[in-house]
Amino acid sequence: MKAFTYERAATPQAAASAAARPGARMIAGGTNLLDLMKLQVETPVHLVDINRLGLDAIEPTADGGLRIGAMVRNADLAADPRVRRNYAVLSRALLAGASGQLRNKATTGGNLLQRTRCVYFYDIARPCNKRQPGSGCSALQGYNRMHAVIGASDQCIATHPSDMAVAMRVLDATVETVMPSGAHRVIPIADFHRLPGDTPQLETDLQPGEMITGVTLPPPVPGRQVYRKVRDRASYAFALVSVAAIVDAGGGRIRSARLAFGGLAHKPWRVEAAEARLADTVLDEAAVDAAADGVLAGARGRGHNDFKLPLLRRTLQATIDEAARAA
Amino acid sequence: MKFEHRTDDVGDGVGRLPPERMQLQLQVNGQPHRLEVDTRTTLLDALRENLCMTGTKKGCDHGQCGACTVLVEGRRINACLTLAVMHEGQSVITIEGMAQGETLHPLQQAFLERDGFQCGYCTPGQICSAAGMLAEAKAGMPSHVTRDLGASVTLTDAEIRERMSGNLCRCSAYPNIVAAIKDVAGAEARP
Repeated sequence: MKAFTYERAATPQAAASAAARPGARMIAGGTNLLDLMKLQVETPVHLVDINRLGLDAIEPTADGGLRIGAMVRNADLAADPRVRRNYAVLSRALLAGASGQLRNKATTGGNLLQRTRCVYFYDIARPCNKRQPGSGCSALQGYNRMHAVIGASDQCIATHPSDMAVAMRVLDATVETVMPSGAHRVIPIADFHRLPGDTPQLETDLQPGEMITGVTLPPPVPGRQVYRKVRDRASYAFALVSVAAIVDAGGGRIRSARLAFGGLAHKPWRVEAAEARLADTVLDEAAVDAAADGVLAGARGRGHNDFKLPLLRRTLQATIDEAARAA
Repeated sequence: MKFEHRTDDVGDGVGRLPPERMQLQLQVNGQPHRLEVDTRTTLLDALRENLCMTGTKKGCDHGQCGACTVLVEGRRINACLTLAVMHEGQSVITIEGMAQGETLHPLQQAFLERDGFQCGYCTPGQICSAAGMLAEAKAGMPSHVTRDLGASVTLTDAEIRERMSGNLCRCSAYPNIVAAIKDVAGAEARP
């Protein structure tokens, strides 16, 4: 690990100010950042510890939603009775991620800012446009089984690894931040993560120093919530594909469906036009397949990950069956 | 923008200062300890190298194996993926703090009785993780395999396996590890 200086921030704005300095980074749970620092994928010169700032409350909002502080640990968020009751897809997504030890440490804000698990991003001996812009993408011709099939570019085919973020996308969460100036900003989750394009090193809409202070969930919508994750092991593995679904169904018909996907792209993937194909339809395989066509519009495999296209299609069928069965 | 503290860049051209050392106080197994560490020191290395408490093991050093699991402020975490300086003033329980004098912790006793290990390298992490896990289950925290998010937790084999998935055992003593933990969970559940 490269040497760094260390400070504990006193307020969120002070943290944002300190982290805006070149080479400085915030550290919250640290489970991703320290892993990357040990490998010298991340080499901050200064760390701003935000663990003593509070920001760890989960509170109802006036309109019937829920506001989650940025420092709420993944384990606590998954176990919160209000989340389990009204936002089960979020509990399920969190519980499908990482291990008990990591969920006790990882935070809501940090989870949104997870870096990709692309093996070439981790291997500092190999070219990677995300780690070293302009050096090339080793995954394009490499072992790209875990990689993106939608929204990728010839510069980067990495995926976003978070399960939590996929659930937040289907719930239409908003991300709240504070700037070094003290100004606050609210970013819809749909606009928070970026596609790689020609700048895969830029992963979110955050400006230098800008700090996540919380995430707000709107009031719960009707329908049964399901998170289905397909992975290489039964536990403690990243998604090959995952589906977060809120399906309002009954009597063999779907009234409405919201769907977000993990493991497919550089950000949680959602196609509202594909959801519209399921609105007010008879629930059958053909209807779900038509929705899958919409989700996978423009998708292409890169060789080792070709299997993700049929796997996504079948996983979506299974997810909607599960959600509709209990209705 | 200028980082005003940077006056003696160590040579990589990004304003990096030489390694910084910090004073730190930790409460380890009930005993206060003062130590001075390089800011880069993980909690795991502080325990093993600074405090010479080598019960906590270093396996992968990347949060994948769980051999370094300790309880911080009562909760299980990977000591390899956190910096010592982030835990100023906090309480840490390691495998050395589990027994009460000559009396083994119930989990230690159960691992002996059920033969929950072969080489033993993962065992301190397994036991600390199990202690944290049992507390989580007692607090009603659900897991990936919990069917009903609204119901209370029953520690079946499937629940124990899922909740312990962050602790690997290369000897694959899993069946006996599950049996040992189930013994203790069952004993705790009885009035």
